[in-house]
Amino acid sequence: MPKTNVLAGAALLVALALVPQFVHSDYLLTVIDTAGIYAIVVMGLGILLGFAGQLSLAQAAFLGIGAYTSGWLTTNLGWPVWPSMAAAMLMSALIGLGVGYPCLRLSGHYLALATIGFGIITQLVLINWKSVTNGSDGMTGIPAPQIGSFVFDSYGRYYYIVLVAVLACAYVAWRIKTTRVGRALEAIRENEIAARATGIDATRYKIIAFVLAGAYAGLAGSLLAHMTKFISPDSYSFDQSVVFLVMLIVGGSSSISGAILGAVLLWFLPEVLRPLKASYIMVYGAAVIAMIVFMPRGLVGLLESLRARFTRRPREAA
Amino acid sequence: MSSADAVAAAESGLLEVRGLVKRFGGVTAVNALNMTVRAGDIHALIGPNGSGKTTTLNVISALYRADGGSIRFDGGELAGRPAHAIARLGVARTFQNIRLFGDLSVVENVMIGRHVRTRVGFIGALLPGGATAREERETRARALELLHFVGLEHVAGASARSLPYGDQRRVEIARALASEPRLLLLDEPAAGMNPAETDTLVALLRSIRERGTTLLLIEHDMNLVMSVSDRITVLNFGQHIAEGVPVEIARNPDVITAYLGGTLDAA
Repeated sequence: MPKTNVLAGAALLVALALVPQFVHSDYLLTVIDTAGIYAIVVMGLGILLGFAGQLSLAQAAFLGIGAYTSGWLTTNLGWPVWPSMAAAMLMSALIGLGVGYPCLRLSGHYLALATIGFGIITQLVLINWKSVTNGSDGMTGIPAPQIGSFVFDSYGRYYYIVLVAVLACAYVAWRIKTTRVGRALEAIRENEIAARATGIDATRYKIIAFVLAGAYAGLAGSLLAHMTKFISPDSYSFDQSVVFLVMLIVGGSSSISGAILGAVLLWFLPEVLRPLKASYIMVYGAAVIAMIVFMPRGLVGLLESLRARFTRRPREAA
Repeated sequence: MSSADAVAAAESGLLEVRGLVKRFGGVTAVNALNMTVRAGDIHALIGPNGSGKTTTLNVISALYRADGGSIRFDGGELAGRPAHAIARLGVARTFQNIRLFGDLSVVENVMIGRHVRTRVGFIGALLPGGATAREERETRARALELLHFVGLEHVAGASARSLPYGDQRRVEIARALASEPRLLLLDEPAAGMNPAETDTLVALLRSIRERGTTLLLIEHDMNLVMSVSDRITVLNFGQHIAEGVPVEIARNPDVITAYLGGTLDAA
């Protein structure tokens, strides 16, 4: 790796680690923490849609499964937070496996429709399975994680858990992308028939991607539950799944940094637009459409072409 | 091995298609086809348009499911296995309508061809260094070697889609060879190539055979077929009408009738 990249990476890490030292508004920190948590969901969707080319509109449902698994284990069974987070991830992954196995025999629009159906069913279960989920009233008193006697009970402290999780998830996605599994996923995206004829068990790899996307969303759901300490079914709607999809596409679907940038940008955009009050949703919608029209390869694609332009110019002049 | 045994082994064939049937609704595209491809041969499958050549290849590589008959490869049955399993057994292919991984680089396309010869899975991917890094290096080195073999090492980093048509066909061949197949199926490898490119292709096909890979190819360019093939199978309306060495085929009256009603140019 070139030295400048290592230095830039280190500088970025230091800057990220210092954020809570400079941001003192609890409100702003919540927004930042949530952006990071959503970035995890969007990275997972990036593995599924960006790498493997399979669309899911159920990521909010997996977020909910993670949140409720974690919430239920800690409040009802008294589990500590960390193993509950692992269990939340595992539960979402397992349900991803159960749903992915039949669904991934479908493709294109049919797959999208099946995932929409699953998402809606999940939300209905969260609302109606009152003995476990407490229905529309939601679940309260979800504890904050702690290490020894250090409790991550402020948004500034929680930020570090989110940061570590985002970095770990980005690392996993990057390792997948740059090795054999990632190449198999990209082969399926590019041409499934050729991928099969090349010896790739496309169904198996699509399921792997679906399970990973579920696990990412499950972890994110758990992180969200232990940050807000309160969860209710309305956060895990079809609309929210669409927002995750838009975040990925705006960021740049096959790029890990694009997934993070898209999630952060679209989560902050409403905050920036808040002064517009009632007309904000219109401007937000127009901004999203403009981004998709003018940056077909997402934010990351735009940045890459800008960089290519600025690095090529001097050479051409010489 | 006695010479009689050697003859028996050669005649039993690496690929034996027996009574193969493929129907699409009411249309029988391949009708009780028999064909034997001997190990080490370049075997051509020819016939007029719509005679069932590509369908046969697609059934062998399991992109279509056979409606009857058997396909034995090196003694084992292929019919009923999924496409990826057949690739794993050592049958690779190229496509008439090129199917590259267009957005990926040329070298990545060939590296994906190594899929069945490499092992690193999800857990391995998370553990950098060691076996994972070694396999990754070897995969890349082997892919570059194959690109050199087909004469495309200079475009290894380019996106596959950006290459001219003839070069894309050669990337497909390199990708197929990356799986170290014993049988390579080529569906019209010379389609869209100019005469110079076709000459290069003929040399390439011969050197692939010299590496120990048996070839079964569909081709409309009769000069190429006659000059490169050891044996030829002729199809018409999904049925086998002749099989033999090029000279026999060129003189076979059934074949001549099926094609043009004239003589085939055997030059």
